[in-house]
Amino acid sequence: MSSAVLGQDTRAVGRGRPGVRLNLTPGSTLGLGVAMLWFSLLVLIPLAAIVATAGKDGVHGYVEVLENPQTWAAIKLTVGQSALVTLLNVVMGTLIAWVLVRDRFWGRGLLDVLIDIPFAMPTIVTGLVLLGLYGPQSPLGVNVANQRASVTLALAFVTLPFIVRTVQPVLAELDADVEEAAASLGARRLTILRRLVLPSLVPAITAGAALSFARAISEYGSLVLISGNLPYKTQVVSVRVSSFIEGGDQTSAAALATIMLAVALFVIVMLDIIQRRVARRG
Amino acid sequence: MVELSAPVKWALRLIAVGYVLMLVGWPMVTLAQNAFSDGLTNFTSAFSDPDVVHAMVLTIEISGWAVAINTVFGVGMALLLVRYEFPGKRVLSALVDLPMAVSPVVIGLALLLVYNGRTGWFGPTLEANGVQVMFAMPAMIMATCFVSLPLVVREVVPVLTEIGDDQEQAARSLGASATQTLRRITLPAIKWAVVYGVVLTFARSIGEYGALKIVSGNLSGQTQNAPLVIAQLYDNFAKGEAYAVAFTLVLLAVLCIVIVSLLRPKESSS
Repeated sequence: MSSAVLGQDTRAVGRGRPGVRLNLTPGSTLGLGVAMLWFSLLVLIPLAAIVATAGKDGVHGYVEVLENPQTWAAIKLTVGQSALVTLLNVVMGTLIAWVLVRDRFWGRGLLDVLIDIPFAMPTIVTGLVLLGLYGPQSPLGVNVANQRASVTLALAFVTLPFIVRTVQPVLAELDADVEEAAASLGARRLTILRRLVLPSLVPAITAGAALSFARAISEYGSLVLISGNLPYKTQVVSVRVSSFIEGGDQTSAAALATIMLAVALFVIVMLDIIQRRVARRG
Repeated sequence: MVELSAPVKWALRLIAVGYVLMLVGWPMVTLAQNAFSDGLTNFTSAFSDPDVVHAMVLTIEISGWAVAINTVFGVGMALLLVRYEFPGKRVLSALVDLPMAVSPVVIGLALLLVYNGRTGWFGPTLEANGVQVMFAMPAMIMATCFVSLPLVVREVVPVLTEIGDDQEQAARSLGASATQTLRRITLPAIKWAVVYGVVLTFARSIGEYGALKIVSGNLSGQTQNAPLVIAQLYDNFAKGEAYAVAFTLVLLAVLCIVIVSLLRPKESSS
């Protein structure tokens, strides 16, 4: 499968063959209008409602939500675990992409399909599936249920494909001649990897890491069953938001959601910038 | 190309395969084992419950709507983004990706704040006119559309960019109308990208949990979809049944992914 699943390919707009861009015709203006109306009703207005609801109490509202020790613990846990898992993915994702592109062995096709499974897996099932192997009835004797490690495990599962799938196509397109030239000029393997291969992978790794971090920060379904949602211990931000909603405290929920939304927006903007920089260079 | 020494190569291979097997492969096998722990008993017992059957049917129904809406929106949006110039295009192109980075819970909350019948921005007006959005089909379809919004756009945009518009221009200069060009030239060219987008949207839609938990009301036999039923069965200690429904759902989703990966190489070799 391609990176298009995650792909920042939407931002490939303006790349490729230039062609003639049309100005809007009456028909396409109508299309744009209808699309924008639906997009606004579905995405823009609801997201604006979150920010507006959160802003009802002004800055005071945010401070109050953040000062709540349970919320603060949830934020620390979520950011810490997401960073940890993203770091893990930077190493493992790049390594797996390397093996998938440069290595040939029996079962490689299966490995390739397994990477995509976390994409297709319903999140609630992810929790259930991980509990089967790493829960109370674990055949391995490893029980992470209701432990911190369960959060790490679930996040590692759901974010597995991101870096693999962003690095894989870049690695496959890499010019072998340059590496051979470097080798024939006497560069050692490690030097080639460090000076030639790794730098060309950095944008892809960064993009994948951003997606993986964004996904980890916002994860909900897979954590519900396995983490036990224990305050101060395994309760993540999205679970905290949902408990605010269930308790009828929409303002606090919205305040916390606004912070998550800001992170999401930051990631999207960063991806846009990386993509454009690569496109310009490429 | 850099040739790694044999021990390094084997070590990397082992780490990659080991990691993926421990994280994904083995847990998947355990799921199957748990689902079939008593032969087919878990399945017969789960699917003799009318609420479970209703949830499965509802899931497929919601996903069908989401796929239909997102396909029309996705193809239209991709055409606009690639073929036309208009102010705000870059912002729109980035915003279309936003749903991928937003938490399902935040999506649920966003829809709740606008469409709930008591304090929502539009909810009370809509309900006064007899349109029940929240805790009913419309909200569930909207939440599902939201989470899977970028999938079709993302598949179609690169293909549209890649094929360029030479053929479309030729068709137009030979006197084809806009509709004819779209139907005879553009749509056949992006056919496979749309198929991938549809399959991925479907796979994503049948598994949505977080957003639907908030906007559906989670009423057994009424607004409960399959993932919500799985969570409820598990919480009620009907673990065997939970695994059976989960296995069925995963089978559907994984089938989608396998279809996509089987279709994809064919396209690049042609």
